[in-house]
Amino acid sequence: MNKRQKGLLAFLLRKPEASISLVGIILLIVFQFASPVFFTGPNLQTVSQFFAPWALIACGEIMLLICGEVDLSVGQVFALTPFIMYFVAGAGVPLFLAMILALLVAGLLGLCIGFITVHFGVPSFITTLGAMLLINGLTLTISGGFPVDTPNNLLGNIFGGWAYSEIAWAVGVAVVMHTILRHTRWGLQTIAAGGNPTGAAEAGIRIKHIKIGNFILCSTIGGLAGILNAFHVTSIDPNAGGANVMFLAIASSVIGGTSLMGGSGTILGGLVGAAVLGILQDGFTLLGINAYTFDIITGAAILITMISNVQFAAWRRRSRI
Amino acid sequence: MSEATYALEARDITKRFGQVQALHGISLNLKPGEMLGILGDNGAGKSTLMKILSGFHAPTTGELLVKGKKVEFTSVDHARSFGIECVYQDLALVNTLSVYHNMFLNREILYQGLPFLNHRKMRELAAEALADIGVNVPSMDIEVGMLSGGQRQAIAIARAVASHARILLLDEPLAAMGAREASMIIALIERLKARGDVSMIMIAHNYAQTLDVADKVMLVQRGTCTFEGRSAETSVTELLEIVKREYRGITHEV
Repeated sequence: MNKRQKGLLAFLLRKPEASISLVGIILLIVFQFASPVFFTGPNLQTVSQFFAPWALIACGEIMLLICGEVDLSVGQVFALTPFIMYFVAGAGVPLFLAMILALLVAGLLGLCIGFITVHFGVPSFITTLGAMLLINGLTLTISGGFPVDTPNNLLGNIFGGWAYSEIAWAVGVAVVMHTILRHTRWGLQTIAAGGNPTGAAEAGIRIKHIKIGNFILCSTIGGLAGILNAFHVTSIDPNAGGANVMFLAIASSVIGGTSLMGGSGTILGGLVGAAVLGILQDGFTLLGINAYTFDIITGAAILITMISNVQFAAWRRRSRI
Repeated sequence: MSEATYALEARDITKRFGQVQALHGISLNLKPGEMLGILGDNGAGKSTLMKILSGFHAPTTGELLVKGKKVEFTSVDHARSFGIECVYQDLALVNTLSVYHNMFLNREILYQGLPFLNHRKMRELAAEALADIGVNVPSMDIEVGMLSGGQRQAIAIARAVASHARILLLDEPLAAMGAREASMIIALIERLKARGDVSMIMIAHNYAQTLDVADKVMLVQRGTCTFEGRSAETSVTELLEIVKREYRGITHEV
């Protein structure tokens, strides 16, 4: 494909997935040397369960970031959706149907957010900031602020019984989203909508349509992540997810090579980015490093990645690699 | 010559935006394979005229004819269905997509019966289409943002030609371009003319370049046509003389 490879460095700079994977591998080696329990079954389970929620959410968030939008409210949809499933199931509806219904509600929330953003011209940062508070209030109101037990049956085992259920779902969703982004018209037009909105519109691409679709997608994936998490931890907590999981999802996307300016991004990079943040957090815990330090590291990692993204892009243009 | 042989004809087009009369009745015609250059200062009405021809604005009065048939464009897409394609100054290219994805933007080729993009086919056809009109790019996979202004302009023109446009409207294709880049685009335009299957209207600022490449030129000043003629029968000096005379006219009024 590319005949003009100028060695490993050029390759790493051109492929953000490659550079973040390299960082991940280095971290794995460092933590393995620093702590003998790192590469053990129980710890790998912990790591994977740990980052699976924000890896899932990153898949939806990346599509939105690419088309030039962002969803800050997805962490609240993560908390609300399992409650809807709980109450619908409590009313006597079979659990599977309750789950589908809850996911439809999550999608509907995405539709509303997308509609307001696109048709009223409100920046999605503001729309979803409002939605974030609104949905959180909704969750607290319907739950009364107390956690409940997740309804359980065979379905629960399929969705959250196995120790690696969540990460398996995350990888599965990532593969599907990667295929959508790289191999369908939807993906291509999502990139066009974020890369050059005027140009894409002139070419006849329905930008509003694309954006609303991606809001629905992101919200639904957020709801799915919330349900999987509820099955996994066997309780539904009104304070689960929230801004924390949303910020980690966006951080994973950005570290993985998705531009906050829109127009470019990679799902697989986001998956690796999520894993790197998980490995970091787990490794620091094993080493006994203060939890507060983790936020410093995450913050610095995002800043460094953003600076290098901008700088490398300029450098790439100059040297044409 | 009968009217039906004109690829595009505009009769006495006027356009008013509220209190502002942007065009005071402009007529033009274009034979198949012919090229018209429109010259004039900023704000003279060139772009308004172009937007009327491309279906973006509707004229206040006057009529448009495509192949001798009267048409009323309702949208850019409607005009496009008559084979009229405008290559905008801001280039409808997406910098973060590859050359071949840009060539097939919103005309993507899918595998038969499947919702998946046929990358290989698009890459092949894009390479063919570009080679066909002699445009050189380093690779079909390179992001368009990595290319020079001239290459990007060439790709935008190639895309319009590949989408079966019969009338190309070029909005300042030579603006903000170095001499080498500009001569590359001029060479491309001449190759298109030599093929003879597309007619072109080009808006430009550079009198010498336009006289060089266009079959006929039109000078638009303050919404009216102040000169119209074959490129071979006029000169930069004559055109500048007309512009100066008009300018003096304005200063006398004031």
